Formats: sequence, C-alpha cells, structure tokens
Amino acid sequence: MEQKSMDPQDDVPLVFVHRPPSFHFPFKDRLSTHFHLLDPLDSPDSTHFVRRHANSIRVLLCVDPTPISSDLLDLLPSLQLIVGSSVGVDHLDLSDCRRRGIAITNAGVAFSEDVADLAVGLLIDVLRGISAADRFVRSGFWVKTGDYPLGFKLGGKRIGIVGLGNIGSQVAKRLEAFGCIISYNSRRKKPPSVPFAYYANIYDLAMNSDVLMVCCALTEETHHIVNKEVMAALGKEGVIINVGRGDLIDEKEMVQFLVRGEIGGVGLDVFENEPDVPKELFQLDNVVLSPHSAVATPECFDALEELILFNLKAFFSNEPLRSLVEFE
Amino acid sequence: MESIGVLMACPMNTYLERELEKRFTLFKFWDFPDKALFLDTHRNTIRAVVGNATAGADGELIENLPNLEIVSSFSVGLDKIDLAKCREKGIRVTNTPDVLTEDVADLAIGLILAVLRRLCESDRYVRSGKWKKGDYKLTTKFTGKSIGIIGLGRIGLAIAKRAEAFSCPISYYTRTKKSDVNYTYYPSVVELASNCQILIVACPLTEQTRHIINREVIDALGPKGVLINIGRGPHVDEHELVPALVEGRLGGAGLDVYENEPEVPEELFGLENVVLTPHVGSGTVETRTAMADLVLGNLEAQFLSKPLLTPVV
Repeated sequence: MEQKSMDPQDDVPLVFVHRPPSFHFPFKDRLSTHFHLLDPLDSPDSTHFVRRHANSIRVLLCVDPTPISSDLLDLLPSLQLIVGSSVGVDHLDLSDCRRRGIAITNAGVAFSEDVADLAVGLLIDVLRGISAADRFVRSGFWVKTGDYPLGFKLGGKRIGIVGLGNIGSQVAKRLEAFGCIISYNSRRKKPPSVPFAYYANIYDLAMNSDVLMVCCALTEETHHIVNKEVMAALGKEGVIINVGRGDLIDEKEMVQFLVRGEIGGVGLDVFENEPDVPKELFQLDNVVLSPHSAVATPECFDALEELILFNLKAFFSNEPLRSLVEFE
Repeated sequence: MESIGVLMACPMNTYLERELEKRFTLFKFWDFPDKALFLDTHRNTIRAVVGNATAGADGELIENLPNLEIVSSFSVGLDKIDLAKCREKGIRVTNTPDVLTEDVADLAIGLILAVLRRLCESDRYVRSGKWKKGDYKLTTKFTGKSIGIIGLGRIGLAIAKRAEAFSCPISYYTRTKKSDVNYTYYPSVVELASNCQILIVACPLTEQTRHIINREVIDALGPKGVLINIGRGPHVDEHELVPALVEGRLGGAGLDVYENEPEVPEELFGLENVVLTPHVGSGTVETRTAMADLVLGNLEAQFLSKPLLTPVV
C-alpha cells in the first residue's frame, strides 16, 4: 500500500502538495480520486522524496499561505503552476515565479464574495454603530439613559476602493446598490468598461473619499499604504475598512488617529500582529473588530474546493485557468 | 406664527425642538407631569401635535384639543395616531416618507450581515481577548441566500434592490400581488417563510399585521432561518420568538424594534445568534435632519394654508 501511494501511475496526473505540517486539508480524499497527490510530509525523508519526483512535478498545490522558498523551486525544474488556497500571495516571491515561468492561481474568485460581504457589513456596522448599539441594548442602557446616539447615512457616501481586483469589484457592486459613489486606486487604470473614477495614488483617493475600503494584496509596495498622510487626507469624519492584510495600514498611526478623534471610525478584519490587537481600540465605539474571519464560512471553503479542483483539471487538459494572479 | 401652540409628544430630535421653538410656541409634553392640568390650561392654544413612533395622538388626546388642525409625525409609521378620529374631525396628518427609506433598508442589510457573519459576537470575541486562545468559529455566507420580504412598499423595495447586489433571490408577501416587479410572490406569510432563508418584516403596523410573525411562521422559517424586524415591535409575537431563539428552533434574529420599547426581553441578552439595536432604523444625522425639515415644512404649509408636503389624511 505504502509503495503504491508513493509511485505515481502514468495515467493519473501528479500534484505536489505543499502544506504546513500541522494542517491536513479536508478535501484531500476528493482530490485523490482525480490526481496522484505527492505530499513530502507523508514521506519519512522528504528531501529525498522531492528529488526523486522532481522532474515529473508540473503543479504545486499550496495549502494555506505556506511560504514557498526559492530553494524549493530550485528542486522543481518542471514546475509550471502554483495553485494557491489563499487570496493573499505575500508568501510567494512573485518576481521569482515570473522569472521561472510559473503561473499562480489564488483563492480570489472563491473568496471574494464572502470578503466583500464582510467589508460591507463592517462598513454598515461602523457608520450605524450596530455592534456598539447591540452592547448598549444588552447592558440595559436603552432603559437607563434613553435614545442611542445618531449614526451616519451610507447612501451618497464617496467610497474609495484601494485595489479593484476580485474583492474590490465585488465591494463596488454591492455599495453601488446603496447609492454610494465609487472611485478607486490600483496599480493601473482599469479598462473604460469600469465606470468608476480612478486615482493614480491613494493620497488623492483619500482626499476625495468619505470611506477607504482596503482590498489590495500585500506586497512590498503596498506595505503601510495607508499611512499618516493618507489618514490625514481622509479626514476626521473618514472611515477605513480593512479586509486585506494588517500590514497595509500603519497600525500605530491609526490607533493615534482614532484616540485623538482625527478619523471617524474603522472596521478591521486584519491586524499587524494577529491575534494581538491594540488594546486602545477596545474602548472605542467607532471601531468594529473582527478576528480575521472574512473567509471563515463553510460556503467559502466549498467554493475554494471547487476552484482548486477546477484549476487542476483545467491545467492538465490545457484549458484556461480561473483566478490567475496578475504579474506586474 | 409664534403664537401658534405646538405640542411635542415626546423627546425626538434636538434640531427639530430648536427649530420649532424658533417658529411656534412649543410645549414639550414630557415637561408636564400633570397631563390633565396641562391640557386644562393650554387646550385652546394647541393647533398642532408633533409625534413619532413612540408617542403620537391617540383618540383621547385628540378629543382634548378642540383647536387641533394637524398631527405631523416625525416617522413614517402612523400607528401611534388615531387616524380614523383625525379623518372624522378633519384633522390633517403628515408623516416623513422617502427620506428614511434608505437608512432603514441599510440597517436591514446591516442586521442580516451582523447576524449571519456574527459581527457583534466576533467583535466581543476580539475585545475580550479570546482570539489569542483560538480562532472564532465559522459563520454563514450572505451572498446568494434567499430573501423573503413582508410588505413591498418603499422600504421593502429598497431592501430588495440592495439584496439583489448580493445575488439573493427575492420573494415577497403583500395582500395583493404586485404587477410591476419580477420577484416571486407568495399569498401567505407561512408560504413565504417556508421558501426563504431570511425573512424581513417591512410592512406598516395595522390590526391585520399585528403578530404577523407568529408560532406558525417561526416554525416555517426554521432552525436555519433568520428573522429581521425593522418594522414595528408588535409585528412579532415576542412570547413566541424568544423561546424559539433560546431553544434553537429559529436560527437567528436581527431586531431593531420590540413590543415594549425600550424594554427588550432579557433572555435575548445572552444569545450570540441575535443582534439587538435600539430602534435606530432612521437614526442617522443626515436623515433625522431631513425628517425634521419635513415636519417643519408641513406645519408651515398648514398654517400658511398651502398644500401639505407629505399628507396622509
């Protein structure tokens, strides 16, 4: 039995599995019916194992954002595709992959609806104070002190989307239905079919927005893309929603802006040092905190499973892939 | 118009109070503990009542104000006003339609997202430091869930428009089928509840719609179903709703309104599948100002003998 699982048969396509040691992905059995899964962590001597199969491996399935080193890529000279299972690609060296001619797919298409839903939920929550109002009711203050303070209207707000990819586009689609005015910043302007105003830099976007929705990938260029200057440009009634990565915002500065009342509110699903969250935020009612759970729904995992299966099948039958990561 | 007496039924908005004081002789009903004495003294002066969802003008108050010409409500719902008596006596009634539609619809979607994605509970999870001990559990996706709307008026339609952007199939119940919409119609609330995952109450409160959410409807919605009420508290039979939520016979609820506001059933305070807001459907700075301006505009129109802006009676 052991020998059989290690030695690929000619007619079953090979998929190399790269995963964290602690995590066995739940749809392994389903994939096994279509592909021969090569998982070095199942082998007692993983380096030897990789070398033995190196030349036949054309696809790598990356489970979770498990870092992929250039040493590993050196061992896999025939690799053509990395199928990722996260939206972010900060665990990969994109320029190295491009140089080697390796394509990358991520979870974008599968995850974007859930992430956009959470982004809109956080925004309504911050503007209307839903979580704070729920605390108010549960602690009996409605009876003791009377009416809850007024919130702010979502309709007519100018929404600046940072990163108009899969997620940003889904956010835009939803917020248009609420009567919001959408504009965006991304590395380059989208085709004319995208009807939203484009700002070439985030500072100008912030100057012209009531709300910043941070939906972009974390790269060296986007690290702390929301900095002190951007927050000052957004202004003291401005709201920031972050469903990207914690490092996209200069968190220390953001805390200061909030404590001093120099921005209106924030809704955060991600933080710089998860699961650590700055304690200063715990006292604020204009802040909504979510434990990096934008994609934590069963529906999302089902969609990811379908997407991964689709892309693996498409690769081996030379059909177009979905959710391809664009290289600059 | 400064001599015209205007009676404000309860505190509702400081901007409105200020603007009324500038234009009229304003009486704040809550400043007078002895209502009978107050009415004896001022009954002839008062020509307008300003009410809202908490207090309006019931039959008794109307009978006590012989010179009452208009009841201008700082709300869209008129369930605190004796409309029949107003008609009978030729008293005009106005409300504040349209301006609050978007806010109420926004809150309805916000409550859905808060219940399905457990926004309030996960915020509590982070604030209490529990995240450091492990991830929060999985929640439920919103996009694509089927939505059932009771009452497809302005607010119901605004909710439908928003839910469509989340790719939700929409169905509805109204007394008569609408010819101008493409949503699926069900001729009863029970059928609607059986065929949707999220049921939203968005109809006016009348004799017919009181307790429109009863045991049978709750059972039809079931343990995976979610109830959203942004209408009025008495639309829902709370004595049935509370045990259904506690026992898990209903999946969740997002409530902005309650049968005995500001009292909220305490059994709900410990539940994580429930989101409770204190009747803030129209509670934004922008909208409350627009509503106040409508109340002022209607009163001025009445006393200048001009057409009312938003007459109901």
